[in-house]
Amino acid sequence: MKRLTPYLPVVGVVGLLLIWWLTVSTQLVDPVLLPSPAATFRAMWHGMTSGKLGADFLKTVERAIAATVIAAVIAIPLGVLLGSSEKVYRSVEFVIDFFRSTPASAMFPLFLVLFGVGDRTKISVAAFGAALVILFNVAYGVMNARKTRILAAKVMGASPLRVLSDVTLLESLPQTFVGLRNGVSLALVIIVVAEMFIGSTDGLGQRVFEAQQLFEMPDMYAAIFAAGALGYGLNLFFLTIERQFVHWSGK
Amino acid sequence: MAVLRDALALQAKAPQDEAQGVAALDDTPHQAFARTAPHVTIRGLSKRFPDAVIYDNFDLDLPRGKLISVFGPNGCGKSTLINMIADLFPRDAGEVLFDGKPLKDIKFGYVFQNYREALFPWLHAFDNIAYPLKLMGLPKAERTCRVEQLVARLGVKIDLNLYPYQLSGGQQQLVSIMRALVVEPEILFLDEPFSALDYEMTLFMRAQLQRIFMETATTTVLVSHDLEEAVYLADLVLLLSRRPARVADFVAYNAPRPRTDATLSDPEFVRVKAHCLEVFQREVRKG
Repeated sequence: MKRLTPYLPVVGVVGLLLIWWLTVSTQLVDPVLLPSPAATFRAMWHGMTSGKLGADFLKTVERAIAATVIAAVIAIPLGVLLGSSEKVYRSVEFVIDFFRSTPASAMFPLFLVLFGVGDRTKISVAAFGAALVILFNVAYGVMNARKTRILAAKVMGASPLRVLSDVTLLESLPQTFVGLRNGVSLALVIIVVAEMFIGSTDGLGQRVFEAQQLFEMPDMYAAIFAAGALGYGLNLFFLTIERQFVHWSGK
Repeated sequence: MAVLRDALALQAKAPQDEAQGVAALDDTPHQAFARTAPHVTIRGLSKRFPDAVIYDNFDLDLPRGKLISVFGPNGCGKSTLINMIADLFPRDAGEVLFDGKPLKDIKFGYVFQNYREALFPWLHAFDNIAYPLKLMGLPKAERTCRVEQLVARLGVKIDLNLYPYQLSGGQQQLVSIMRALVVEPEILFLDEPFSALDYEMTLFMRAQLQRIFMETATTTVLVSHDLEEAVYLADLVLLLSRRPARVADFVAYNAPRPRTDATLSDPEFVRVKAHCLEVFQREVRKG
């Protein structure tokens, strides 16, 4: 029985496909609205290998990664800086929390004015949203570094800079990765929404929207699944890096 | 410290002696004991918290090469005392000198109660022990060499290529103690080092600490909340009063080392422990 445990997640997938297939074959839902699993995966295969879906997928990957990288490059050092002093963080906490709570989609018109219609707007709004999430997590990671560990380094004669690089930064890594994973998820959400509505000619969001407009249902479902796979994949990617580099997390 | 350093230099020059490390280092405690001037002098130490005076003009001399246990009523400031001596905690007034020198001019080791939070989980146990040497700017080869020497000298049998979280609590605390010892400190502070361990591990660690002390003869200040442990390990038991803390008694216990389980039922041990308990009870009742 124990040997079967790793395969348990398959149960849910098979179950979902079964229900889907039954729903279609018993015509519980209008087949125009819900194509069969086979038709959907055919559309996905075709779209990914020879159609536009593959190119749109890559475009969205590119934008989401660009947004996350920009966000991380700005937010990680800033988070370390703000988190190093609890007083400094408390003084900007309200501003960070306020904009972190503001739906990033509400910022589109502003960024459109600033950057015009194009990639720069999409990427910068996504980076803005992701940066606040990452910043918040990094700052908390730094502030919550174990006091005993910092004291231990001080007692051994470490300078403040040494304490920061040898202890505080490493202490904040698990929380930083939480921020990165949340940040990349948020960036993907914002990018896909932006691709749907602000004059886009490519990307997964645009693919979903266009398929729906043209009533090509298998293509629309295929694009939705591609977006899901992308989100899951990005999360898994960061989890894998985290397990590699932050082996002590939770121990 | 000069003595210890010489001893180590001697060991480095004559690696063939390492196998008989104990014999080669037998001189060290001897020479250290020979000097009779107090090692640590504490004068006019004062500390007040907003709601209480912890220390008020506190004076104390600690002799060299002895293991001194600190015991006293709850909240009397046992840990505060060593934290102030080790500069972990600012003092309001007073002076602490080690052979006439301030703390920043000497090497010392400090072992925390909470080993889980004191070790660095991102470093292997070996690199944890070597970390203070890295702070001193020693090259990697020398760091490795010195850690290996310490391991051999203490006869430690732990896989040091594991991460701290892969070790048992006792092993982690042993790694912490080795990290404190690797710089060859002139004085070693331990703040309730075994109180987070189960009884079996505590007994094992007492034996380990005793071995380490016999081997290095480093002046050691141990804060304990367990009277049996305080007396069993000590050359001198410092009994503190309720706050503001004064020296209620400074009791010598001279049983030969290594002390064993039999020591615990030895009449002299029982007598010293009973005396300490009496002083302790008297102090508790005063409050």
